[in-house]
Amino acid sequence: MAESLVALHRPSPWHSFRAGMWLGWQIESNWADPWVFTIYAVLRPVSLAGILVVMYAAITRGAFDSPVFTSMYLGNAFYIYVGAITSGMGWAVVQDREHYRTLKSIYAAPVMVPYYLIGRGVAGLVTASFSVIVILTLGVMVLGLGIGPGTVEWPLLAAGLGFGVMALAFMGLAVAGIMLLTGSESWALGDLLAGALYLFSGAVFPLDVLPSALRPIGLVLPVTYWLEVIRRALIPGDRGASALAAWTDEGVLALLAALTAATAIGAMTLFRVCERRARQRGLIDRTSNY
Amino acid sequence: MSNLPRPSKDTGWRLFVRTMVARAYPRVIGQQRQRWWMFFEVTLPLVGLSAYVFVYRAIGAPADFVGFVILGGAMSAFWLNVLWAMANQLYSEKQTGNLPLYIIAPNSLMAILLGMALGGMFATALRAAAILLLGSWLFDVKFTITDGWTLAGVFVLALCALYGMGMMCASLFLLYGREAWHLVHAAQEPVYLVSGLYFPINTLPHVVAIAASIIPLTLALDAIRQLVLPSGADGWLPVRVEMGVLLLLAFVFTAAARVLLTYMERLARREGRLTEAHG
Repeated sequence: MAESLVALHRPSPWHSFRAGMWLGWQIESNWADPWVFTIYAVLRPVSLAGILVVMYAAITRGAFDSPVFTSMYLGNAFYIYVGAITSGMGWAVVQDREHYRTLKSIYAAPVMVPYYLIGRGVAGLVTASFSVIVILTLGVMVLGLGIGPGTVEWPLLAAGLGFGVMALAFMGLAVAGIMLLTGSESWALGDLLAGALYLFSGAVFPLDVLPSALRPIGLVLPVTYWLEVIRRALIPGDRGASALAAWTDEGVLALLAALTAATAIGAMTLFRVCERRARQRGLIDRTSNY
Repeated sequence: MSNLPRPSKDTGWRLFVRTMVARAYPRVIGQQRQRWWMFFEVTLPLVGLSAYVFVYRAIGAPADFVGFVILGGAMSAFWLNVLWAMANQLYSEKQTGNLPLYIIAPNSLMAILLGMALGGMFATALRAAAILLLGSWLFDVKFTITDGWTLAGVFVLALCALYGMGMMCASLFLLYGREAWHLVHAAQEPVYLVSGLYFPINTLPHVVAIAASIIPLTLALDAIRQLVLPSGADGWLPVRVEMGVLLLLAFVFTAAARVLLTYMERLARREGRLTEAHG
């Protein structure tokens, strides 16, 4: 009996992840009825895509069949995952600690906090995926993007998405670790990281447009290779980002896998260090006039 | 005990003005004490607008379009302040437990809203100036002011209309719970799109531009571009017309804020929603 109780309460990564994901989804979605939530979930990303479309149309008079536009549109669409996962995890720490004031209870419960936080971040994946699908559908139907189920390289897309989501989740974990040490004044840390990734990964423009001094930053980010893999999977033969044009699909994927692994190790280490310091300084349950 | 001097009690317009100053004070001083907020509020728009600058460069846009983006980034600071520090503010005050104190104190809620607006305008003007200067320096944008007085007039009218809108939304949001936060979030990017934050408003269909004119940001940006980027700003409406509409919007929004605030406060009291927190 005692052994089974111990087994019952032993924290596992999967249970912690699942609990975090379920809670994250509830917090994100249960404030409105499904229709209102659907409109809300789609409105922001579609507007962001709309800004780029109008900017592009203002200059090129609507030359949407250009590979530059396709690359920009796809990068912007899939970038939604970056904001949803990375910012979401940092924000989860502030929410749990200062708004709901449950972080100390979570630490006291049989929960593996890093996996719980990754679950909180991944909860945004569902909403983000829905937005991405809507934006891609609009792109194909309204703007004539040449993407179709028959032309997509599905294995490459699945592998790219898998590694990409993992990389984003671990980046979010790093942000969450830093947020454990800072007050609510650092609320925008996740947004800042997401913004920097938007800029340096060449999400909406070829990396070559960046000043040469800034280009190396983009070349060490997993998001750069992730977006490149996605573009190549959706538009086979596309080599829009000329900085990576010489690489084969397998080469880009391998680099993405390696950078994801490096991000995972770095993020876990950083989170552990930050978490230990937060415990030592008694910061787990502090509030900073949220 | 009876020899103690009685504290002076302001009433009428003196109380109104003191309340306004008292509420504006933390807006101005707060940012000196929270340097991180200042950092984020300047850096975040700069990072975002940099990406749009590189998009324009990638598609070979004329140099003035970079100026559009810098101006849009600076003005977005005001829109974000109106959303988060005006429209959402009474909801936030409810969360932190201050709202009942505002209601109990013998002052006008309208004075509190005006104080928030004045403090917010001043603090955000500093941030917007920082974004404008840094953005212009980073991307080598030259603005040419053709009519300084008209520009100042447009700017003041734009702020009055924007913050009037913020006050009106704050009154509306008095009843809201957690949805207020999401609604404010939802009012960012869609407004950036329809107000032509990063592109000329006349790129959009006229129907959309006319509908978007209810958001003061739309006409303010169009007028400011015409006054500082004359070669690139193919204005949608004449500047004088845009100033007239902004003046009208400022009056309408402020009057609506006053009416709505009274109504919503009464409704919120009746439904017991002034003190709910963690909704």
